Amino acid sequence: MAEITQSQFAANLKKYYTFYTGGFVSFVILVGILEQLGVPNKILGYIFLFATIALYAGIGFMSKTAEVGEYYVAGRRVPALFNGMATGADWMSAASFIGMAGTLYLSGYDGLAFVLGWTGGYCLVAILLAPYLRKFGQFTIPDFLGARFGGHLPRFIGVIAAIVCSFTYVIAQIYGVGIITSRFTGLEFQVGVFVGLAGILVCSFLGGMKAVTWTQVAQYIILIVAYMIPVVWLSVKHTGIPIPQISAYTSALPKVTALEAEFNDKATPKGAKEESVRAIFRDRAAAATAKLAGLAKDGPAFLAAEKQKLTDKVAALKAEAAPDAKAIEAAEKAVKDFPVDAAAAKTAWTAESKVGARAAPTKRHAEAFGVGGKTPEEIEKNRSKAKKNFLALIMCLMIGTAALPHILMRYYTTPSVKEARQSVFWGLFFIFLLYFTAPALAILVKYEVYSNLVGSSFASLPAWVSNWATVDKTLMNIADINKDGIVQLAEIVIGGDLIVLATPEIAGLPYVISGLVAAGGLAAALSTADGLLLTIANAMSHDLYYKMIDPNASTVRRIAVSKGLLLVVALTAAYVTSLKPGNILFLVGAAFSLAASGFFPALVAGVFWKRANYVGAVLGMSLGLGVCAYYMYLTYPFFGVNAPLWWDINPISAGTFGIPAGFLGIIIGSLISPAPSKEIQDLVDHVRYPNLEGDMDTKGV
Amino acid sequence: MQLTEKHKQYWNINLKISSILLVLWFVATFVMGWFARELNEINFIGPLGFYMSAQGSLIIYVAIIWYYAHYMNNLDKEYGVHEGELD
Repeated sequence: MAEITQSQFAANLKKYYTFYTGGFVSFVILVGILEQLGVPNKILGYIFLFATIALYAGIGFMSKTAEVGEYYVAGRRVPALFNGMATGADWMSAASFIGMAGTLYLSGYDGLAFVLGWTGGYCLVAILLAPYLRKFGQFTIPDFLGARFGGHLPRFIGVIAAIVCSFTYVIAQIYGVGIITSRFTGLEFQVGVFVGLAGILVCSFLGGMKAVTWTQVAQYIILIVAYMIPVVWLSVKHTGIPIPQISAYTSALPKVTALEAEFNDKATPKGAKEESVRAIFRDRAAAATAKLAGLAKDGPAFLAAEKQKLTDKVAALKAEAAPDAKAIEAAEKAVKDFPVDAAAAKTAWTAESKVGARAAPTKRHAEAFGVGGKTPEEIEKNRSKAKKNFLALIMCLMIGTAALPHILMRYYTTPSVKEARQSVFWGLFFIFLLYFTAPALAILVKYEVYSNLVGSSFASLPAWVSNWATVDKTLMNIADINKDGIVQLAEIVIGGDLIVLATPEIAGLPYVISGLVAAGGLAAALSTADGLLLTIANAMSHDLYYKMIDPNASTVRRIAVSKGLLLVVALTAAYVTSLKPGNILFLVGAAFSLAASGFFPALVAGVFWKRANYVGAVLGMSLGLGVCAYYMYLTYPFFGVNAPLWWDINPISAGTFGIPAGFLGIIIGSLISPAPSKEIQDLVDHVRYPNLEGDMDTKGV
Repeated sequence: MQLTEKHKQYWNINLKISSILLVLWFVATFVMGWFARELNEINFIGPLGFYMSAQGSLIIYVAIIWYYAHYMNNLDKEYGVHEGELD
């Protein structure tokens, strides 16, 4: 085959992906026709699941390669635009696609920390790292650390950091894959995990970075189409304007704000109804708390007395002149459901005592740091705590963004420094398209719930509400607490993931769009998992095996080792995921804090401070990682230490301490030891200038 | 490999533009976040503090990165450190 030039290559790619997009749209229309013909929803779910996984596998198969340069960095000829799309898919995970709008719905302004943190970090990538890493241009991030600081230790710490943060993050992705496949096809969660995994593996296994890149471009197109269609539709339905990013603020938000005020004002009819529900919750919580106190004081005797009261009530009801069958039934049920022993009673009453939270006033969506408190001083204290944590979380997420190896690795794949700079722009632009839509979606759904669902009658709930309430109580839990037959806001509990999943139904779109959204969520999770698994396998095969253990290994052997490791890592990750460990959001946050503390100081100092040396890098990276991990260990409830927080910073933002520790370590370590050699200083100049006369070559391809 | 005065000038300009853009980034993120409650008093497409964090700052980020790429790619040419054409 004759070599084609880079511009022909880019033109061909545009052609292929235009065809591809057209083909995908036709596919969705075809499934839509099948739906109209009466094919059941479950079958449509399977079609979407298997068709998209087959598509990714097909792209992986077409991109299979045994060349080192193709396998590790896609031949370094991914044009800026396409590297941007691949970055977008690599970046946007299940948490962004499905979780983000839900987080914003539930926490209003305070949830925007994720929106800001996961976009603003690209400014740091663009200005501080991407062009320099591209000029250096080897295969992995530990490669840079190894070359810049010399010796095996910096590279080794880099490998450890890359594996720890990528593995933590990949578990969150595979978890997302399992949830989506199980929800839309009815497969078991564990089976869903392994089906999704097969799709990930076929792709990266055959063609490494090359296959992953071209699959990620395809996945980006699916996920952005899937995200936009329902939101635009919903916007048209509510406001008549097809641009949700405008209509949500100009039209829906003012109405939401007005309704919030009404719900919180007991003098209005709606506020009075809300208050009647809240009063019930408060009473229930108070009763449970009282019972807990009684139990703690008198133990089993109290339990027996309580049960006796209920039994007496049944007897009294039965003895009435005109017995009320319904009341007797209810009273008998209360006796039957009464906790069997003190431990069961404690669990049940502790849970019941927490319903008091549902009596809280409606959260004002646009209010920043709107926390409660009993006295003005307490409110002020809680507010400053919330503000501090909001900013700390943004900082950790941003710096983590600029330090996660699976993202930085993408900038090795562009043809030049110039295109690396442009590709950061395209990357953020494509991410921005989704991220500036999510807050709008949250407002539009909130408007739907506040204005249409609240106030409707329980006898005729909207179809999407009754559907989801039967499918999954954790996503939509609705019950007539005050028995007035009308829905009040306090009677609804919504799970965050519902927002994106239910939007097609809220907007009145056919099921095919719900299937499309599931395919989009799957694309988001799979693409991120792909990039992460490849990062882990490359860190082990390239940095650990080739660079440190066997530098004479042949290319065939290196790629074989990488593929073998890929399989092992993927299966391990799937196994860990199927055990359903902890909280997804925390796993994600931990990955960011660890990456930020471990990598960022060393990478930035490596480019911008010539004096930074081996001792500094080793000290900085280990101190950063160490402090960050230690703080998580101390404060995250999972580890059971539960030490007091430092300056009220939540464990998810552990990087707040790890990052400064990392910088401090690199500065002190470098200053107490001799300056790096002339060769290393030349290397720094080499990465700083896109092109120098008589320049060295570090590319390694 | 000996760097000329011109090379050093290039690097200084790069540091300057990088710092200016990072200051902008800092203001769009942390200053806006710090004063979110105060900014919410102003009405601009909804409460300003909320609007900035949900959309305004994101637009600023995209613009910062676009400007940096544009500026630096021109600066490379001006200082003769640009890469050869690949085609």
